[in-house]
Amino acid sequence: MTEFSLERGLNALREEMDAPVASFFSSCVHCGLCATACPFYVETGDPKYTPIHKLEPMRLLWEQEYTLWGKLKSKLGLGKQVTDEMLEEWEPLLYDSCSMCGRCSMVCPVGNDIHYMIRKAREGMVASGHAPEGLIAASVRAVNTGSPMGLQWKTLDVQIKHVETATDLEVPIDKQGADYLVLLSSMEIINFPEYLEAITKIFDHAGVSWTLSQQCFEATNAGIQIGSKDIAATLVQRVVDAAESLGVKNVISPECGHAYTAIRWEGPNAIKRAYPFKVFHIIEVLDQLRAAGRIKTEGKEMDRLSMHDPCNLARKSGVIQQQRSLMDLVADNFVDLEEHGKFQWCCGAGGGVSSNERAEELKMAAFKRKKAQIEQVEPERMVTMCATCRTQLEEGLEEFNMDIPVVGLTEMIADHLVERDKPDDAAAKAGG
Amino acid sequence: MTSMDFLLLTKGPLFQIAIAIFALGMLVRLVEIFALGRPHNYAAARGGQLIPGLKTVYKRFNPDPGTFKRAPFDVIVGIIWHIGFVVALLLFIPHIELIKSMFGVTWPGLPNPVVDAVTAITLFALLATLIHRLTHPVKKFLSTPEDYLIWTVTFLPVLTGYLAYHRLINPYPLALGLHILAAEIFLIVLPFTKLTHIFTAFVARWYNGAIFGRKGVQS
Repeated sequence: MTEFSLERGLNALREEMDAPVASFFSSCVHCGLCATACPFYVETGDPKYTPIHKLEPMRLLWEQEYTLWGKLKSKLGLGKQVTDEMLEEWEPLLYDSCSMCGRCSMVCPVGNDIHYMIRKAREGMVASGHAPEGLIAASVRAVNTGSPMGLQWKTLDVQIKHVETATDLEVPIDKQGADYLVLLSSMEIINFPEYLEAITKIFDHAGVSWTLSQQCFEATNAGIQIGSKDIAATLVQRVVDAAESLGVKNVISPECGHAYTAIRWEGPNAIKRAYPFKVFHIIEVLDQLRAAGRIKTEGKEMDRLSMHDPCNLARKSGVIQQQRSLMDLVADNFVDLEEHGKFQWCCGAGGGVSSNERAEELKMAAFKRKKAQIEQVEPERMVTMCATCRTQLEEGLEEFNMDIPVVGLTEMIADHLVERDKPDDAAAKAGG
Repeated sequence: MTSMDFLLLTKGPLFQIAIAIFALGMLVRLVEIFALGRPHNYAAARGGQLIPGLKTVYKRFNPDPGTFKRAPFDVIVGIIWHIGFVVALLLFIPHIELIKSMFGVTWPGLPNPVVDAVTAITLFALLATLIHRLTHPVKKFLSTPEDYLIWTVTFLPVLTGYLAYHRLINPYPLALGLHILAAEIFLIVLPFTKLTHIFTAFVARWYNGAIFGRKGVQS
């Protein structure tokens, strides 16, 4: 990364101005309803966490440089300037108190897509040198090592061996021409090794042709979280290169929310071309297999289960029904949280908040909204499909002494697979 | 200057000037927005943009149940005074006649006592929004002088209209002249303030619906 400066930051913001942004800033009447949609405001009651307020530096620049009236005013020396001090003051507002969950964008009466602008505003913060240390460190690790947590292939390789021993199945690596390239997230590899085992079993069961790639196994994209198109493009390009060199038709993003939006929606724009392959979240693939009758399950979970929709998957990507169809397959007593799907509440950890140590306290405060939702429904366990959400739910529930385990949906499906007949592989019975 | 001179001034040259500033100013604002364009989107779409955009334009008139529960005052009072303002503006017979004389189009109006009642309700609702803005922690925090300015220029045409209709200011030409002047101030201020949302909110809602719609979500 080159030198950071206010001017670079302002230039980055200028690049982000487009017709939607101008229409949004032209329309805000300071009604403050976005605050009622934001877990960071709702759970702290501090008005400075009102979503639209987080965009004040960007709005100021827009007014001064993109409106005739604003240009006149600044020529006359009227009105505030965007300064380094202002950006510094706004850094915690744009990063620590916003998970880019997009709920405010759903309720704004004039239709402002606020989270669309937060994502853009962060470009200016990075370029001006006002991004949080935790996110900078994660981005540097991601660029240098391929993983935001500095995880290397040899660590994953150990896990692959474990999975192969436990399941007596092969985990395919670098298989040319496979139908699906499977990506993972470092957090999942470290915290939830069950995931790799689960997909190994499910894909074997459904006869899916898949592979991992040694060239690139990381799906997450720190560039999207910190707000750097350059870093985002570098990281996405690695996925594209791996997929193209293996000639796969599809790429599967793991149980991770932002990785999916990064590859599915932002990736092609970061590298400025369409992909020669399709991108799916694992939940979409599992639901397609279910619909095609390729997943046969037996038995059901009998305890009371509820579900947390990751923002990136549901509200920001339209994957809402798929996880519910899959739940129906394996859960007998499933109850949705009151506000779910596109109106779900964020767990509080997304959008880089969990990589930003400084935000720890706010992250837990925002979780209280999720906690209240869970208390209302009183489930025995929570199900989700994002490693960041899952970690946050586990930590949060423990913090508040709520004995509610959290499980990943993919694992839950794997637990109910009907054992496939394998005449020449008697050892398969040892698995499961 | 007599009150009749004042009325003729507001009905004549001032009205022309106000309409010109409003029309030109608003045109500039819309050009400023659309000229920025949108970058090409390379990601494969999951859904359309046009229809979801239009649906969002409509849906934001009718808030989701959660928002209603968390901010019932905003929703109810906001809807009441917006509708009241539009009813008084577009369904009061003298206004319709003015529009007919300018553009040649016309439509049926409401009986005067109905518009009168709606106007009174609108005035109360607007006063309530001002009190809310001055006391609600988020609104108080966000509000700038511009917010109070646009409240004032919105309130004055309604108030002066009400006073003129009830002959509470005398002589009548002065009352009518003040009402027209208040409307002119509203028109002149509109393009340079967030009163632009009267037009741009529809653009913003469409973009919101289109951005989400492309990803398969109806926002």
